[in-house]
Amino acid sequence: MGNIRKRLEPLINPLSNDNPVIVQILGICSALAVTAKLQPAVVMTISVLAVLALSNVIISLMRNTIPTSIRIIVQLVVVAALVVVVDQVLKAWNYEVSKQLSVFIGLIITNCIIMGRLEAFALNNTPFNSFLDGVGNALGYGIILVIVAFFRELLGSGTLWGFQVIPQTLYDLGYQNNGMMILPPMALITVACIIWFHNRKAK
Amino acid sequence: MKINKESNIYTVVYAAVLVVVVGFALALVYQALRPAQLENIANDTKKQILAAALIYPTADDPVGELYDSHIKQSYCVDSKGNIIDGAVALDIDMAAEVKKPATERVLPVFVCSTDKGEKYIVPVAGAGLWGPIWGYIAMDSNGKDIYGAYFSHQGETPGLGAEIERPAFSSQFEGKSIFGSNGEFESVLVVKKGQEPAGRAYVNAVSGGTITSQGVQKMLFSSLEPYTAFFKNLGKESNKE
Repeated sequence: MGNIRKRLEPLINPLSNDNPVIVQILGICSALAVTAKLQPAVVMTISVLAVLALSNVIISLMRNTIPTSIRIIVQLVVVAALVVVVDQVLKAWNYEVSKQLSVFIGLIITNCIIMGRLEAFALNNTPFNSFLDGVGNALGYGIILVIVAFFRELLGSGTLWGFQVIPQTLYDLGYQNNGMMILPPMALITVACIIWFHNRKAK
Repeated sequence: MKINKESNIYTVVYAAVLVVVVGFALALVYQALRPAQLENIANDTKKQILAAALIYPTADDPVGELYDSHIKQSYCVDSKGNIIDGAVALDIDMAAEVKKPATERVLPVFVCSTDKGEKYIVPVAGAGLWGPIWGYIAMDSNGKDIYGAYFSHQGETPGLGAEIERPAFSSQFEGKSIFGSNGEFESVLVVKKGQEPAGRAYVNAVSGGTITSQGVQKMLFSSLEPYTAFFKNLGKESNKE
């Protein structure tokens, strides 16, 4: 039992104890950009999951051949190629979603979590562990994205996944959507609150 | 033979091989997916045109057939309202047309038959905060009132400027007149909620999306103005009938 737990460590650790967003403070930029609504946050999570897991495996397979002096460039080429493929596949098979995500797909290339995991993990570990690490980190990133998007969409637009959840009667009583929640600063504050709770729990 | 991984030759060869392999793979992906993408893009354009006339495809009614059954006729006009021979409305890139002076523009018109009579759909194009915005406006056959509107964008801020593509914004345009009471072209204003410009047709801007909303206002004016003569001709014809 303990053995399995240990083997799955690369998958489980990034979910909470070593979360890329709230512990390593990586990928904050996209956590601000795509979290005004739940739906783009979830699709972004899936895209990052695909790119991170695949690039981790590919770099891990190549790890013994990559010349040290150009390893960052090699990583970038692999990530960029995967992102282009994801973008092209979405355009061909699911045009609606690709239209929604537009620029964010391209921005995955610059997501520091991806380069960070390639550099810190995939270069020194086996493909299978790298795969687990990629999935774990993408999910850890996704959890935070979804939590932030949940609060921002609920308080900022009164909707969840595009559906109205705050009843009209409340608006009639004088309740108003908080426009601040839609703006990027409130994403930072929401992330900060999550870090606060997380740190308290960890102590 | 042991290869020295730190040598310059190894590094250069490695980089060259990697780039060639990746380049080849991407070209292959592009070639393989291109036909499906082009079809998606063509269908998407048709879907947008129909959306302006408040017609939406469903699973039983794919957009291609729906388009063929509603858009019976499409042509291009010049700024004097005369039909230009040989120009195909679907092939016109409105974003390029709006950069030309009004008199040189090729102006596409899609005639859509709906259960509420013939509607004349025209494309509009302009700039938002981060990139291009565009849309289609369906006009009533009197050439004066907007029947429906559709807007889209490339990369406006989600939740803010991007809200222009929602029906909550575009449905405001329904029934607005683009000509003032004196018969001059006035377009429709996009103003902050609460403001009420006297004697002008207006809609409420997207809150938090001020620059995108102003972009919509500018786009409507600059794209629709060259159609003035065409719309006025429409009005005269519908009066005769």
